[in-house]
Amino acid sequence: MQYVMLTYETEAAFDARSNDNQGTYWGAWQAYSKALAEAGVLVGGNALQPAFSGTTVRLRAGERKVQDGPYADTKEQLGGYFILEVSDLDTALDWAARCPAATDGAIEVRPVLPMQ
Amino acid sequence: MDAFQAVESVARASYGRLVAYLSARSQDVAGAEDALSEAFRCALETWPKDGVPEKPEAWLLVVARRRVLDHLRHQKVRTDAVLKLRLVAEEAEKPSMFPDERLKLLFICAHPAINEGARTPLMLQTVLGLDAARIASAFLVAPTAMSQRLVRAKAKIRDAGIPFALPEPHELPTRLNFVMEAIYAAYSTGWDDVAGVDPRRRGLAEEAIWLARVVVQLMPGEAEARGLLALMLHCEARRQARRGQHGEYIPLSRQEVTLWSSTMIEEAERALTEASACRSLGRFQLEAAIQSVHAQRALTGQTNWEVIALLYEELVCLTPTLGALVGRAAALAEARGPMVGLAALEAVAAESVLAYQPYWAVRAHLLNKLGRQKEAQGAYTRAIGLSEDEQVRNFLIEQARSEG
Repeated sequence: MQYVMLTYETEAAFDARSNDNQGTYWGAWQAYSKALAEAGVLVGGNALQPAFSGTTVRLRAGERKVQDGPYADTKEQLGGYFILEVSDLDTALDWAARCPAATDGAIEVRPVLPMQ
Repeated sequence: MDAFQAVESVARASYGRLVAYLSARSQDVAGAEDALSEAFRCALETWPKDGVPEKPEAWLLVVARRRVLDHLRHQKVRTDAVLKLRLVAEEAEKPSMFPDERLKLLFICAHPAINEGARTPLMLQTVLGLDAARIASAFLVAPTAMSQRLVRAKAKIRDAGIPFALPEPHELPTRLNFVMEAIYAAYSTGWDDVAGVDPRRRGLAEEAIWLARVVVQLMPGEAEARGLLALMLHCEARRQARRGQHGEYIPLSRQEVTLWSSTMIEEAERALTEASACRSLGRFQLEAAIQSVHAQRALTGQTNWEVIALLYEELVCLTPTLGALVGRAAALAEARGPMVGLAALEAVAAESVLAYQPYWAVRAHLLNKLGRQKEAQGAYTRAIGLSEDEQVRNFLIEQARSEG
């Protein structure tokens, strides 16, 4: 089954991408991606630019509304995603727990809806 | 003590005994739990008004037993008439001392007919009264899935007619092993946690030790039960030493031995000595013996790796788990050099260690000792990527950096 892991990161984690801590930050993420790939469960995924770089579009009564910033203004923001191919949810949750963002952020695990 | 505290302390101390006693008679764990939770609710309503009864346990038992009976009477299905009569007859008695049926309940929870993944959770819920959400978190399973698993397991007990009796003597060793494995699984789940760091798991290690004490107390002649208790106490004794001041991870070899709990180590040693007097060696005694050799360091300042390696040899013959295989490789490396250790690692099936963090951490360490830095870095990266604990992850990142 395929699952998507949406990784939500704290502001401190986004900051760590470019400060003195970056070695530890990226080291952990690279190692994690490698572990996923070498265990043969990684289908794909990406890290995303921080939430402020997002742009949100809505159409209301024919009128376009474009906003700077993320869809929802929450404390933890979407930082990236992975697509996994694993046997079941329990295995997906095991991988989610190993994700560096699990410690201070959150990982949402969702089954992919198969399309006909 | 106010009424609420009284209810809480009875719940803590007697929950498992009450559920065990009730379900041993009605053959229905889920029904017994429901009846008992109604009795607790009743107590919360009446005790503040009327005061705490002299024998709170007996009071709860009477109320819960009545609930079980009411439920049976209302059931549309035919209940075994003999069973019903027995329950009615018992209801007339005033319970002052009721037999401890927890051991039967432990055996039922770890019955071969129960799905392996449900055994430990079932024990934690029925014998210790932990709620499904907390159990789910501890085992990293979705809460709804865990609830379903527990409900299914209890339905199975009822529908398959798993008997509320101790196993036959010829079945006992195997069945007891299931019970102990389930207790050990509970301990291992709570093991990595340092008190307070992870509220999901807090206390699970203590609960497991408490369950092991129950087994030892109820089956004093079983060597392996004492071995299990000794093993967990030895590990628990080092809890304070496993983390530094800022929560950083400290491996066993660098732990400050003065932070080990000497009282727990002494109790563990006593349990292990008593176990060996029974003359039936098993997996848990071997694992406890390995920890016992590590504990010697507090007295001698040395670790006898040769003895540890020999104990692991025995353990691998009995139960070749991944943990035992990797532990053996690490011990061999310390006793006879990194080449020997690495050869032992290479012998482990590659397929089985894809997501097993300790394997990669030991492998990295040994490759580094052999001067194979490039490969060591690769193995470190794997170990880092597989770490669930942030402090362990940081420790490995640091190791890789200093050796790279």
